[in-house]
Amino acid sequence: MMNETMKMIKTSRVKRKRRFIMMTFLMAIISLVLCGLMLMLGNTIYPVQDVIKVLLGEQVKGATFAVNTIRFPRMVAGLFAGFAFGAGGYIFQTMLRNPLANPNVIGITTGSSAAAVFCIIVLNASNAVVSIAAVMGGLATAIFIYLLAKGTSFSIGRLILIGIGIQAMLTAFINYLMLIGDTHDIPAAMRWLSGSLNGAKLANLYPLILIVCICTPILMYFAKRLEMLELGEQAATSLGVNTNQTRVILIITSVLMIALATAATGPIAFISFLAGPIAKKLVGVGFSGLIPAGLIGVILVLAADLIGQFAFETRYPVGVITGIIGAPYLIYLLIRINRKGDL
Amino acid sequence: MKSTSVLEKKQNMMPRNFIKVSLLLIILLGLCILASLVFGSRMIGWTDLLNGLFHSEAQSHEANVIRQRVVRTIFCLLCGAALGVSGALMQSVTRNPIADPSILGVNTGASLFVVCGIAFLNISSANQYIWLAIAGAFITAIFVFGIGSMGRGGATPLKLVLAGAATSAILSSLVVAIMIPRTNVMDQFRFWQVGSVGSGSWDAITLFIPFIVVGLLIALITAPALNAMALGDDVATGLGVRTGTVRIVAALGGVLLCGAATALAGPIGFIGLLATHIVRLVIGPDLRYIIPMSALSGAIILTFSDVIGRLLGSPSELEVGIVTAFIGAPILILITMKAKMRAI
Repeated sequence: MMNETMKMIKTSRVKRKRRFIMMTFLMAIISLVLCGLMLMLGNTIYPVQDVIKVLLGEQVKGATFAVNTIRFPRMVAGLFAGFAFGAGGYIFQTMLRNPLANPNVIGITTGSSAAAVFCIIVLNASNAVVSIAAVMGGLATAIFIYLLAKGTSFSIGRLILIGIGIQAMLTAFINYLMLIGDTHDIPAAMRWLSGSLNGAKLANLYPLILIVCICTPILMYFAKRLEMLELGEQAATSLGVNTNQTRVILIITSVLMIALATAATGPIAFISFLAGPIAKKLVGVGFSGLIPAGLIGVILVLAADLIGQFAFETRYPVGVITGIIGAPYLIYLLIRINRKGDL
Repeated sequence: MKSTSVLEKKQNMMPRNFIKVSLLLIILLGLCILASLVFGSRMIGWTDLLNGLFHSEAQSHEANVIRQRVVRTIFCLLCGAALGVSGALMQSVTRNPIADPSILGVNTGASLFVVCGIAFLNISSANQYIWLAIAGAFITAIFVFGIGSMGRGGATPLKLVLAGAATSAILSSLVVAIMIPRTNVMDQFRFWQVGSVGSGSWDAITLFIPFIVVGLLIALITAPALNAMALGDDVATGLGVRTGTVRIVAALGGVLLCGAATALAGPIGFIGLLATHIVRLVIGPDLRYIIPMSALSGAIILTFSDVIGRLLGSPSELEVGIVTAFIGAPILILITMKAKMRAI
């Protein structure tokens, strides 16, 4: 009897593990295919062999320019920003045990945007400064909201409400900057209102790439503790997790990723919100959804960008598409959460 | 018998400091009006002010400026009053201290409908905006409230705010999506969006007045019933209040007011939240007094914000919606921090 139960548990675990690996693998494949499509599609469609030749450094008439200077940076921007938004959002959602508590809703991305727009319009700063400012803005907002919410006793609900209040102020500030800005600065700043991959340049993407490469292993290492945090504060403490330290490290790393992604592409709506829940649904429970969430982020950003570029007569920036795709899901999730009374 | 009469007396009693508060508010209102006439990118002296106001034949530059500012100020007062009362109604209907047209996403709903009107129906006059904005505001309000009130505990502040924020996010994506391919719409809409009260004109005011009158009447008529409903729906029903009808009518009044104000002045947030909160703190929960006082303090806050915006933004101006967000959002945060955990 005992043996049988053990066996059942074991097989189901193996099954779940297999499913997790399969799904993650599948997501990686889809991401790769989308990356390929990003390089192939455009005003002129280049076949796979041409794209590969270009990537290997050969000169192909026409293709070299289009792929190297336009499509490749665009693809890289989408790839890394998508991963950063997805993984960072997942960390937030898991840590705060609420899918709605993501950087988008509680105003951290708006903090990054506000700092970046300020640098572009008022200081006429270089790209490096803009990136740093975006990070500082995001971190400062996160810390500020956390301190305000901590107050008497910490509650997620309070954190979200305060975040929304801060966001209203930051948005007003951005609007003000847009009004006083020179007309030729506005297009650059406009990107900060709805994310876009247009005009991505490889030179501006290095900070993001670097941070994603550094932070992902850190997050993976801490993801184990994150799962324990998920069990609740007390349970985690009794399992020997230093909850405060873990939380601070997780917040800082994920805000870094999200802020740099915001600096590179603007706040692409809903990615950090959607990726986590979708990934969890696909890979099932019991495993860290960090990498799957990042991959889903990549898929969403690249797919939405392809849709935005080619599905309609006008080209829409990726943020508009993800906003419209993400919205029904958000509403659905809200309804479900409200029904369950989790809030 | 005796106890009921005591109860009745107590119910009809005016809040103790009502007269003092209303006097204070009226004085403040006067000061704001004066400031709104005098300050701006160009200061106007006393003689010019009087000339412009009372000598219609005076043709100096200053006199003309004053006449412009008179229109602006009246428009501002009306918008502020409408938004203040709208906030009071919405907070009472949703039984929620932070219900405000901007937080519930109602403004964005109005925006979306106006954009659709400009883009697809070739609408360009305020007469037509106003109905679209009201329709948009109403549909959004129902939608947000519907989602926010699902599940246990009804419409708690957190649920409503999240539903509002989510809906706002969706609607503004749609607004951008409609605007991007149409540059002419973007231009027209940008003016509406920046709107501010500077766009006020006599036409806008005459268009606005019927809405304000109807909205205010609805507010005053439903106030006693809403007071009863504050004690709980069961008690209200016991007192002979038709809760469903009252709720719908009062919500309609609130949406009418904020929809009309949004249509004419563009999205302005937080006035309802601020005005009603301050008033409730000072004179207590009786809606019959809160409503007129909210109208007064809404007008004061909006006019004050507008003056601040003109001074800070000089020589041009800072749109009033930006100023109100800066004053209002900290109040929202304060309310949240003070609120008890269970209330969220």
